[in-house]
Amino acid sequence: MSEESVLGAVTLTLQLASLSTLLLLIIATPIAWWLARTPSMWRSPVAALVTLPLVLPPTVLGFYLLVLMGPDGPLGRLTEALGLGVLSFTFTGLVIGSVIFSLPFAVQPIQRAFEGMGPRPMEVAATLGARPLDAFFSVALPQARPGLITAAVLGFSHTVGEFGVVLMIGGNIPGETRVISTQIYGYVEAMRYSEAHWLSALMVVFSFAVLFLLSSIRSRAGRLL
Amino acid sequence: MTRSANGGLSLQLRLERESFTFDIEVALPARGISCVFGASGSGKTTLLRCVAGLETEAEGRVSLGETVWQDSARRWLVPTWQRRLGYIFQEASLFEHLDVQGNLDYGLRRSNAPADAATLAAAIELLGIGSLLRRRPEGLSGGERQRVAIARALASQPRLLLLDEPLASLDAARRRDILPWLERLRDEIALPMLYVTHSMEEVARLADHLLVLENGRVKASGPAGEVLASVENPSIVGEEAGVLLSGQIALRDELWQLSRVDFPGGSLWVRDQGWQAGQMVRLRVLARDVSLAVSEPRDSSIQNQLRAVITAVIADDHPSQVLVRLDCSGSALLARVTRRALQALSLAPGTAVWALVKSVAVIG
Repeated sequence: MSEESVLGAVTLTLQLASLSTLLLLIIATPIAWWLARTPSMWRSPVAALVTLPLVLPPTVLGFYLLVLMGPDGPLGRLTEALGLGVLSFTFTGLVIGSVIFSLPFAVQPIQRAFEGMGPRPMEVAATLGARPLDAFFSVALPQARPGLITAAVLGFSHTVGEFGVVLMIGGNIPGETRVISTQIYGYVEAMRYSEAHWLSALMVVFSFAVLFLLSSIRSRAGRLL
Repeated sequence: MTRSANGGLSLQLRLERESFTFDIEVALPARGISCVFGASGSGKTTLLRCVAGLETEAEGRVSLGETVWQDSARRWLVPTWQRRLGYIFQEASLFEHLDVQGNLDYGLRRSNAPADAATLAAAIELLGIGSLLRRRPEGLSGGERQRVAIARALASQPRLLLLDEPLASLDAARRRDILPWLERLRDEIALPMLYVTHSMEEVARLADHLLVLENGRVKASGPAGEVLASVENPSIVGEEAGVLLSGQIALRDELWQLSRVDFPGGSLWVRDQGWQAGQMVRLRVLARDVSLAVSEPRDSSIQNQLRAVITAVIADDHPSQVLVRLDCSGSALLARVTRRALQALSLAPGTAVWALVKSVAVIG
């Protein structure tokens, strides 16, 4: 029974992290592009808003999301009216929470990459007859690749490691919202230390591998630039 | 409003910057190389960026032939990617994520004209980059990068080629490598070029038309030979004031290793550099290499002596000197002499003189 629940938690964690990473890249890339290029006065407030999850305690973020997504919250009412039910304590709710929570980790590396590129490559593409959207996909994205990879790795690992948001909006429902971090918490509460040890060690090894991968990507990108 | 008669580039532009006002109105010919010359900060690059549509805050009118690219009065602005132009930036601007072939294909695939593999092949051949196609940009020298960038621009079949100091980031040796390629470009394809530079050497070698900018305004514009010879603007080029002459190799003297170049106003002997008789060449004669005599000098070591009449005398940069403009049977010459010599020889407009040409640069 215990092995089964560990496997379930690991699978769920990987599903959550993969889906969140995919959504993160799709959402963070246009935000990063806008932040890197806009002269607008809204740039600073938006940048601060995007960075907010970095400094807020995860429980605060989780609490607000819980209230928003709950049956009496505006988002909860909307999803219920659309026939989607209430998102709190569901996997979908967890994905939404994770994406918001990890947004700054994805936006910042991509934004740095776009900023480092400068306006010249896009100008060159335009003089060669590329429409702005074409130039974005054929020039800006390939040149920002190291930033995109860093964002994906950071977003993925940050989602794997999150706990507070998950606990607040997901509860700890096996197969639905119980991920590795909450599973460890459950083991400790139940005084099952040896299982807690195994899972914790797994997280340490995983985190080390991620950081190692990141630094080797950075040094390779550094050689290229 | 400026309109060019023969399908050339017509500009009327205004752009306000914090410490700089750019305000020009000029028409440039549809053929050959128009050099845009001026000190840094004179607005050369701004002009190029306005023509390319990269300076969206500029107000005014830009048209090439019948095609209007910008007309602020009618709120009309064709975006850069629809203008069919090539832009060579000062520093290497190849896409680092593509190899040389990928860079060349990028422009070819997006050209509004029907994609034409022969155009690309011709550009590769013209710029001599056939052996570089599989290389990555980071492995190329500065000169090779610029040649690839030029070929990439040509492959997109532009109607106008804009070059922003394409040689400035290169050392003298690389510059000498690229200049012949640019001359080939000028001579072999009928593509009008706008060439920004602050180098008199490049102007002398390349310019058909010369546009001089100063503090964001047009100081002079016209055929290169005329602008350079006009004494109204001696300070444009300072030390390097001089004239451009077009001539033809008339004969070669193999005993003394000299060639005679005939030009409309006479002929000059230059060092033989293996030309063929009949070949057209450009001559550059600097004002500081021309001295004047009121009677025919029979015992001078300077063998190039031309009969001329003084048409104007104008103040030079330094108060001790003047620039004397001469009419040499229809060709203009400039001579730089001291005010003391001017007085001692009683030189004035109308005086017939002998111009002694100490040195002539032959530029391709």
